[in-house]
Amino acid sequence: MVLLLSNLNALTGGLFLIAAFGIVVTRQVRACLNFFVFSSISLAASALLLGAEQFSWHLVAVGVINLITKPWLLPWILRRTVREEIYNQREITQAVNIPTSLLIALGLVIAAYFFSLPWLDAVAAGVTLRTNVPAGLAGLLLGAYTITARREAVPQLLGLLTMENGAFFAGIAIAAELPLIAELALAFDVLILTFIVAVLTRTIHEHIGTTAAGALSELREETRQ
Amino acid sequence: MILIILLLFPLMAAGLCTLPATSRFGAAITLIDTLVVLSLTLRSGFQVIASHNHRLTTLPNWLALDALGALILLLVAGVGTTAALFSLGYMRFETINGLRRYHLNFNLFLLSMLAVPLLQEPGFVWIAVEFTTLFSVLLVGHENTRQALEAAWKYLVLTLLGATIALLGFLILFWAAQEAGSSPYSWSGLLASAPKMSPVLLDAVFVLILVGFGAKVGLVPLHTWLPDAHSQAPTPICALLSGIETTTVLYVILRLLPILRAAPGSHVNTWILTFGLLSVGAAAFLLQRVRDYKRLFAFSTVEHMGIILTAAGLSGASAHFAVTLQLMSHALTKSFCFYAAGAVLLASGTRDIASIGGLIRRVPTAGVAILLGGLAIAGAPPFAPFLSELSIVRAGLLGGNYLVVSLLVFFITIAFFAIMNHIGRMVFGSMSAMASENHMRLPTSCTVAIIAAAVPVIVLGIYLPGPLQELLRLATTVLGG
Repeated sequence: MVLLLSNLNALTGGLFLIAAFGIVVTRQVRACLNFFVFSSISLAASALLLGAEQFSWHLVAVGVINLITKPWLLPWILRRTVREEIYNQREITQAVNIPTSLLIALGLVIAAYFFSLPWLDAVAAGVTLRTNVPAGLAGLLLGAYTITARREAVPQLLGLLTMENGAFFAGIAIAAELPLIAELALAFDVLILTFIVAVLTRTIHEHIGTTAAGALSELREETRQ
Repeated sequence: MILIILLLFPLMAAGLCTLPATSRFGAAITLIDTLVVLSLTLRSGFQVIASHNHRLTTLPNWLALDALGALILLLVAGVGTTAALFSLGYMRFETINGLRRYHLNFNLFLLSMLAVPLLQEPGFVWIAVEFTTLFSVLLVGHENTRQALEAAWKYLVLTLLGATIALLGFLILFWAAQEAGSSPYSWSGLLASAPKMSPVLLDAVFVLILVGFGAKVGLVPLHTWLPDAHSQAPTPICALLSGIETTTVLYVILRLLPILRAAPGSHVNTWILTFGLLSVGAAAFLLQRVRDYKRLFAFSTVEHMGIILTAAGLSGASAHFAVTLQLMSHALTKSFCFYAAGAVLLASGTRDIASIGGLIRRVPTAGVAILLGGLAIAGAPPFAPFLSELSIVRAGLLGGNYLVVSLLVFFITIAFFAIMNHIGRMVFGSMSAMASENHMRLPTSCTVAIIAAAVPVIVLGIYLPGPLQELLRLATTVLGG
């Protein structure tokens, strides 16, 4: 039973990584959002599996909180505030083309594995940690890469949220005993974050007429005369 | 109990600010709130000094206040009060809806900054730091110009990216604490179990948190958003961002240092010395090239954050005392500088250094204020930053760190000349350079705020009151003696 659960958890780790890759390579905002939902569901699944494996109600609660906030409340907020951003059928502007992005993403995943190896060895970690910590770190790096490679507001937000998911994916394994109130506060924080970013995105759209926020570059020392 | 009331007041004020009322209502509520908070922090500061273990505990391991926290709390409340006062006159042409949003976010921003030194659970401290970004980002973009929105977006993305990296750092810190045996996950609990933690994990924690929160503090090379955000926001908000927001985040890094140093063979000091000097040096050279006087003060914040980090890296009791002194003098002086810059902006209507001249004859109040501010922040005697920078240099020399001290003094000197060059041109330069003739009279509340902010900058350069000196000494022990 335990073996089955940890194998399933390894599977969710793989799915989580695929979702993070999806966010890096898709061309449409809506597909990006769907991949983010997929990544959040695999995060919640991992928390539930680990909860079942360790008989920890606490982790089950974390999984449920994640299942409510990220795949459901968060897209709802985005649909309410920046609907036209999500349903627009157009390509996202990118700083780097997709095949190159894919290669860089692959490099980041390998780097995540090597970065986390000494940590895992330092504590003689078991198989759960060896799944979740590298996958989480990879999610964090891929999210950060999405932010730098994407020029638009909503995809950059999804990059940020992917980073957060990555930190959590590692977190459910390494900090399983984190007080539940902290988990609740973090979930609340994610929702506020989404709301504020959405409001700012809408303001930018109203006043500037574009949401290619990454392409805004007036503030510099040299250009101003 | 006093600590809970301290946090409830800004929350209540924020709630009241959403009520539909006249434009003056929100401003008045905010001012009253900051004054109450200031008096409560003063009271709790005295209680910390008087109590036998120099701590004020409301909820053990969750909500408590020690001397270092009390110092930060005092700075937040003090600068918050002058900023509320300055907003009164500065924001008077704003629409009612704009004002309501402004005061709502102002109070929430203040609340998040007050929470950082009060919370004891590092996870919650992280959340409080995250909220300082979330509540201030709409204030940065408040003016809704293309530039303000660009600054707000950069600020949001870069600092949240950093914060998320730091989140992983905090989770690994929790992991390391668990592996070392379960003691409560709080600052004091961590300090107790730090020697038993795995050095490899502590190294990871240090890197992740230094990079993550370093982005928020404005350490080079992650400083790029800072001059934008700290110059595009409405002036009172610039004072909050530059004066105290950076200070509260730096406080979190400083809090972690004794824990991270506990691991055998740690290179923490070397790394923060490197990052600190890099920030001071880069800022000193970037200061030469600025064209906007609000950006001038923003770059000076990058410089000062570097100075404080360098001082922390020198390690030892006298260096740590200098750190607390510099934290205080920077927060007070920088907010004063921004009020002076705000006065110049009201009088001239431009942020461009080149199109301003002869301030001292045309608008004497603003001219004198920005001259004093420039001199003080650049480190000229007899102001507070001079005293604190001198004590950093002294601590470095006593510790035998000659290379670090000479580099630091070199960079500070370059920065001094850069700042005074720009300010001198604005204050004494030719009158004809100033484009518009429509100089506005400075609102009374702005003048009062400028004077109130100037008093500590001047007084603390000459004289440290007894209780304050005691508080700084106790804060030094928190930093690791």
